Amino acid sequence: MALLETKDLTINFGGLTAVSGLNLALNTGDLHGLIGPNGAGKTTVFNMITGVYLPSSGSIIFDNHNIIGLQPHEITKLGIARTFQNIRLFKGLSVLDNIRIALHMRANCSVPAAVFRLPQYYREEHRIKQRAMELLKIFGLQDLAEKTAGSLPYGQQRRLEIARALATDPKLLLLDEPAAGMNPQETKELMALIRWIRKEFGLTILLIEHHMEVVMGVCEHIKVLDYGVTIAEGPPEEIKKHPKVIEAYLGEEIKSA
Amino acid sequence: MRAIENEFVRRFVVPAVASTALYWILVSIAYRNDYYMYVLTMCAINVIGATSLNLINGFTGQFSLGHAGFMAVGAYVAGSLTKFGHWPFVGALLAGMAGAAVAGFLVGLPTLRLRGDYLAIATLGFGEIIRMLIINSDKLGLKFLEGPRGVPGIKRYSTFGWAFFFAVVTVWILANYIWSTHGRACGAVKEDEVAAEAMGVGTTTYKVMSFTIGASFAGLAGGLHAHLLQLLHPASYDFLKSCDFLVMIVVGGMGNLTGSVLGALFVTLITEALRKLLELRMLAYAVGLICVMLFRPEGLFGTREFSLGALRFLAPRRPVSQVGGDKSGAT
Ligand SMILES: Nc1ncnc2c1ncn2[C@@H]1O[C@H](COP(=O)(O)OP(=O)(O)OP(=O)(O)O)[C@@H](O)[C@H]1O
Ligand SMILES: [Mg+2]
Repeated sequence: MALLETKDLTINFGGLTAVSGLNLALNTGDLHGLIGPNGAGKTTVFNMITGVYLPSSGSIIFDNHNIIGLQPHEITKLGIARTFQNIRLFKGLSVLDNIRIALHMRANCSVPAAVFRLPQYYREEHRIKQRAMELLKIFGLQDLAEKTAGSLPYGQQRRLEIARALATDPKLLLLDEPAAGMNPQETKELMALIRWIRKEFGLTILLIEHHMEVVMGVCEHIKVLDYGVTIAEGPPEEIKKHPKVIEAYLGEEIKSA
Repeated sequence: MRAIENEFVRRFVVPAVASTALYWILVSIAYRNDYYMYVLTMCAINVIGATSLNLINGFTGQFSLGHAGFMAVGAYVAGSLTKFGHWPFVGALLAGMAGAAVAGFLVGLPTLRLRGDYLAIATLGFGEIIRMLIINSDKLGLKFLEGPRGVPGIKRYSTFGWAFFFAVVTVWILANYIWSTHGRACGAVKEDEVAAEAMGVGTTTYKVMSFTIGASFAGLAGGLHAHLLQLLHPASYDFLKSCDFLVMIVVGGMGNLTGSVLGALFVTLITEALRKLLELRMLAYAVGLICVMLFRPEGLFGTREFSLGALRFLAPRRPVSQVGGDKSGAT
């Protein structure tokens, strides 16, 4: 049984069919890529899986739950976490608070316990802080814990966003162009990081990326969208040579890995 | 466990001792003068109103203009319970809080879907509806509320002692809420609702919760206010009253609890000081506000919060054990 399975997933915005008849199947531990030219509908797929958009038709089954119609935070609780193409950190809050907010969902501290400062409050705050610092350490951000998230350089903001997503303790991680805006050195580190967190956290990952080097380098299986339609799928070597893919990217070179 | 004992001292003993001391200082200055006592009581009531509005507007990022409406609910519930039901004062105040909380929940649930300006207009509308209901209460079968004439003869139970006590409790509760995992969830809602949902924060839950908590304390302020003025009157809780609270938190700094306490004191005292100027008062008030917006848009008191840590320089230096991680980056 697949961890995530979509069948005939379709969404219309007015007259525009942004995604049509999408079938995805990810098993636990998979690392798949989703690529396609600008406006192909990749981010829209993430928005449907995470409950931001309601699909016009089709089904999404995650971990044996039909998640269509659930609120985004309910879907996060079931174990799907994401990052955003245009980084959406809590920019005015500290790096530490960004992580602590993501740990809130699974914390066990009632409102009365917080308001009247009962022992439960101290226990949970202590646990949250420790876990947050652990995660920041993994991402090399521990010295920046008190800094305002919006003040970090771009590459670190991207990393913080991944750390924040992991703090929700997901089974499935959706990464939307994590290498965008990164320099070659940071991109290399990111690839290593993605492989490492998959192993360390036992994650299943679906990755959107324009950087062909990254997609071809880390993904085992790639799906190509164009105008919302799946035009090809398969292992990286096949995709690189696929005539339809080359045609869709006409003008854009596919950087070889 | 030592850490927890330290926290107990920091969270319970120090605030209790400090506020008792402050109370006696204020009383010893003002006790012979009824007017001073009245002004101090008004200050305490406005602290409750301003800090609770700041929870909604400043810390959760919603824009409510209906605070006076919730105050009216608290005032009318508490006032009629002591006058007609012969309830004890504190019981009536708590009932007023509960009434305002219910109103906050019922108003918040449908309107908090709206954002920014739309929410402001909806809450403004709610405040006016409450006032209209009160004005027409005699026609709606609640003859004892006397409609537009108001209800005189409320006992003056709101001493400075009670008002001060409730102001301290309010600030203490709000501070504990704000600097907890729940308060951080509110901060996430304020910063970015889409990201908050994606991180598992139920944005609707937290908006409605902040709104309900804020409304209940507005109700408390209303109950105290009615037993200070000794009168229930719809004109006391009009749109301008909501604006007063808004001015207090803007002057003090949105999303700054210390600021909204100081903002409440500042505006209350200025209003009293300008009372002699009569109609010039509103003009001075407006000019002052424009100056604040132009020269210190972050509020007179900015984003700095008062904390015991700030007083640490007074004590001999020694390593401070990390506890709870209470306050870091709260603003
Ligand atoms: N909320 C919306 N309302 C209307 N149209 C939308 C909406 N969201 C996306 N679209 C449209 O759907 C199409 C797919 O957009 P999407 O953002 O999914 O593309 P993408 O593959 O992520 O592109 P990029 O590589 O530029 O990020 C676009 O034509 C976009 O304009
Ligand atoms: Mg996109």
